[in-house]
Amino acid sequence: MSRSALPKIGHDPEQALHAGARVALSEPQVVTLPVRTRVLLIASGGGHWIELTRLAEAFRNCQCEFVSTAPNLVAPVGDRPVVKVTDGSRDTTWALVRSFFQLWRIIRSRRPDLVVSTGAAPGALALYIAKLHGIRTIWIDSVANSDELSLSGRAVRNVADLCLTQWPHLASRDRRLRYFGRVL
Amino acid sequence: MILVSVGTQLPFDRLIKAVDVWALERGRDDVVAQVGPSDYLPKAIDYFPFMEHERFFALQSRCAVMVSHAGMGSIITAMELGKPLIILARDHLRHEHRNAHQEDTLRQFAGYPGIHAARDEDEVMELLDRSATMTAGPQIDTSAPREFIDRLAEYVEQDMRRGRRSRLLDLLRRR
Repeated sequence: MSRSALPKIGHDPEQALHAGARVALSEPQVVTLPVRTRVLLIASGGGHWIELTRLAEAFRNCQCEFVSTAPNLVAPVGDRPVVKVTDGSRDTTWALVRSFFQLWRIIRSRRPDLVVSTGAAPGALALYIAKLHGIRTIWIDSVANSDELSLSGRAVRNVADLCLTQWPHLASRDRRLRYFGRVL
Repeated sequence: MILVSVGTQLPFDRLIKAVDVWALERGRDDVVAQVGPSDYLPKAIDYFPFMEHERFFALQSRCAVMVSHAGMGSIITAMELGKPLIILARDHLRHEHRNAHQEDTLRQFAGYPGIHAARDEDEVMELLDRSATMTAGPQIDTSAPREFIDRLAEYVEQDMRRGRRSRLLDLLRRR
């Protein structure tokens, strides 16, 4: 059964309990547990990671797993260890190919409901991989890019379900971009 | 302690050299620098290419003044810790970065309290001379503003309930 066919249950535990109880009364053999959205969040080390940690609270009701290019980071939400992948950029093509295969394996094994990234290049790759697997995607472009979207952002804005910029004037120029706010 | 950082991906010898020359001239032995994949060997400052996030954060918490490239990691951390920050942007014409976004970042954040933007190496040294009396901006919260968090959380919750059809229509509307 696909996820969308399950009864719609909110993330509020009380509401979920209530809905679960109702299902149990009408069909005693069916027990429905509240479904938590499984989210994979990806950011390169440094500024991208710091911007992601500042937004992580938005995913507090989700089951989060974090991926980064820096070693030994601590996840801002949940207690799963942060998965490390190789860092690559368009200057280091082979490193980028390696991170592509690592991200491919991670996404195939976790099968998240949603992939979120604040950049940079490995995050953009992850969004493409997610899209190929029919997983929903969110791109949040760094606050550093105030004059135009980053190259990674421009690469994913046609595939991401939601593409956020942190500068309203950029969102007003491009219908594919939206503005929700700024990390600081 | 004065802490210099240039990020992990690219070297930024122009900044490291400016701070090193200044430390040598002034006889300072309390300058520490994260230099990245650099070829320049500093003479007067303690340096290392890269450090794990947690250990580096401990250094950032201890230092009196931060000096860095115009990377968001340094800017956000300086604001969260309430430390004065001297920034020099990487110049893409000198191949210090892939594009000119650090100059844009510098322009956006130069006016913030506690953030001191330098146009060139000489200005970095001038600012370092004033660093003992430099003031920081007010410390900011470690989470993004409430409205941003709430809008994002609301989007995620609603998007997970939407069907394929409604998402396809939305995609077509945006084109």
